Amino acid sequence: MEKTKSPEESRKLLDKITFDLTRSIVKRDELTRFWYFILVMFAAVGLWGWFIQIRDGLGVTGMRDYVSWGMYIANFVFFVAVSLIGFLISSSLQLLKISWSKPISRVAEQIAIAAVALAGIIIVMDMGRPDRFLNVFLHGRFASPIIWDVTVVTTYLTISVLLYYIPLIPDLALLRDRGGDDIPKWKMQLYKILALGWKGNDKQYKLVAHSMRVLMILILPVGLSIHTVTSWLFAATLRSGWDTTIFGPYFVAGAFVAGAAAVVILMFAYRVRYRLGEYFEDLHFDYMGKLLVFVCLVYLYFNINEFWVPAYKMKTAEGIHLRTLFTGSYAPMFWSAQMLGLILPILLMLFRFFRKPLPLTIISVFVLIASWLKRYIIVVPTLEHPFLPVQNVPDYFKHYSPTSIEIMITIFSFMAALLIITVLAKMFPVITIWEYAEEKGIDKEILAEPKK
Amino acid sequence: MENKSRRSFVKKLGVSVGAAGLVGGSSLLSSCNQVETASGDTIKLLTSSGELVEVNKAQLKPADMPSLTENQKRGRKGLPGRKFVMVIDLSKCRNARECMKGCQKHHQLRPEQHHINVLQMQDAEHTAPYYMPKPCQHCDNPPCTKVCPVNATFKREDGIVLIDNERCIGCRFCIAACPYSARVFNWFEPRDAEKYEGVTYNIEANVPQKKGTISKCLFSADRLRDGKLPTCVSSCPNGVYWFGDQNEDAVTNGTTHETTSFSKLIKDNAAYTLMEELGTKPRVYYLPPKDRAFPFQGEIEDHHS
Repeated sequence: MEKTKSPEESRKLLDKITFDLTRSIVKRDELTRFWYFILVMFAAVGLWGWFIQIRDGLGVTGMRDYVSWGMYIANFVFFVAVSLIGFLISSSLQLLKISWSKPISRVAEQIAIAAVALAGIIIVMDMGRPDRFLNVFLHGRFASPIIWDVTVVTTYLTISVLLYYIPLIPDLALLRDRGGDDIPKWKMQLYKILALGWKGNDKQYKLVAHSMRVLMILILPVGLSIHTVTSWLFAATLRSGWDTTIFGPYFVAGAFVAGAAAVVILMFAYRVRYRLGEYFEDLHFDYMGKLLVFVCLVYLYFNINEFWVPAYKMKTAEGIHLRTLFTGSYAPMFWSAQMLGLILPILLMLFRFFRKPLPLTIISVFVLIASWLKRYIIVVPTLEHPFLPVQNVPDYFKHYSPTSIEIMITIFSFMAALLIITVLAKMFPVITIWEYAEEKGIDKEILAEPKK
Repeated sequence: MENKSRRSFVKKLGVSVGAAGLVGGSSLLSSCNQVETASGDTIKLLTSSGELVEVNKAQLKPADMPSLTENQKRGRKGLPGRKFVMVIDLSKCRNARECMKGCQKHHQLRPEQHHINVLQMQDAEHTAPYYMPKPCQHCDNPPCTKVCPVNATFKREDGIVLIDNERCIGCRFCIAACPYSARVFNWFEPRDAEKYEGVTYNIEANVPQKKGTISKCLFSADRLRDGKLPTCVSSCPNGVYWFGDQNEDAVTNGTTHETTSFSKLIKDNAAYTLMEELGTKPRVYYLPPKDRAFPFQGEIEDHHS
């Protein structure tokens, strides 16, 4: 934290910070409209796909009796994974008092909310009878990992929303009091309501700090559970490729990789689009790069365990599974995910140059795509190789390939997630203003001052 | 006038004779479901074996069909005091596939949907190939019922694993959990959906099938309630199947109708269960394919797709 500044200096600095950080809220140009148009259009096409799927049955997908989980489930696992970054950055790092991550925590929380909300929607889209969704609550059996998943996903979403909203309250009050005339009236109205009559006294700040601490601690077990339980959807079965004890930590480690990459990409997008280079500094990218190397190494370690140990033994069913991954039909996908998404990024990011904003963002795009492919590789190949031979069924039962409906619905999920993130960014500052101001040595009393 | 009455007499006669034949044949009417009312005196009926027949309305007497909730309730409970068990004699199977046909008819399945599937097996590279009918194993430690989030699939007291497709949400977790690939899904509208419209759901036959829900072998629980052997067991021309009650220690061969001691049969023939190392405790026993009655014909398909 910097030294406390004089009131005059403070006011000037605060005005600049507020101006910069409300740029995303104020900005309304052709590009924004175009971006919204693209998101809404593709999302709508995806919803149309879902309508066809409900009308005609899940048979419009490439899934059949053997490969009965496909792209949707892979995509679900991916979104759950990405959402876990909220747990890492806005809770774990904060509790460890790692201060560089502070400006990033709202970005991480945006991603967490969007991803976990979509994970919940994707799983409903995978259901054969979404109209019976309420049966999960009416007839829920607590012995089923799906019920655990429903429980932790909803809890995680709730805590993530609170972790996003509570530190937002002082910001909303600040915008209510000091917001520029260029902010649309309806947004100002909304801030007024959502600020809950914040006054900015010590008692209130203490309350915020206290509740944040409680939430950050609460989210630790919940965050860990959400992805561990998701991994148990697979590990609780007897299938070769899934029947392994390290799936929990393996998934959690992989989740940090995917989420950290997503944060880097979003940080870069904000930095460029809203000219926030002074806020998302090179230093942040450097640290995020180091964090990404670290979680990639942990993930690599789990990958070695996950593939090397069974590959050494080559038990019958495991052997068939591993051969399809290493040298068979999934080899191109498997090796490109491992090489371009894990090993090469680790090597590159060891150098300072590749932790600069642009190179790091490009690497993160590769890492994120590879993370998605990795989920696909975890879900599909195992199901293509059951213990008993696949016979007396048409050929298209034996190999899975997603149909255009599946691709449409998957695109919907990405567009909807981006839409949530965009709306959040257009509505609220992408960095916590009051925390940032505090870091810069601006007194809290100045924050509460009304605009002159 | 005269002409008309004669015609109706002939018609009646024909229908009565036909219906009498059906009734005499297998007391079908008691398990008939009303499907569609035809104009005039006749009515189309769907028999429990899946055939569509036309009979005179006058010949009908109300069948004993419990309501949906009653059906679901008794279907969940099972037959008291029973412990059903199946023994499949692999030395007798010659891939006649009558079991598969009968089953698909009974349970309203599409040609690619199998409650029972006759697989061509070869255990190791140089061992002899053989045919292996594979129904649901009705495990005593079923991995599928464990994972069901809504209790739509469950284990009954009499050992049968059943499905309630009025409750199934179509998550397909049970398919992923089953190591025997015993479960099928209704990816589209089921076969002949329009014929079965309005028919009361029979949980023990899982008919009518429903789009977006699971199905699998049920040991023909509806037939067991009527004191009959499962469809596959009765349809087999080669004496492959033995079915019975473990509590009575008796199994009956579906082809020869010979009844023998279950424990003696599995002991004398060194019976085994499928993938017993997984700990699922199947209720289906296999007698090894030794001294096969029929030679293996055709080519073995690639073992793992």
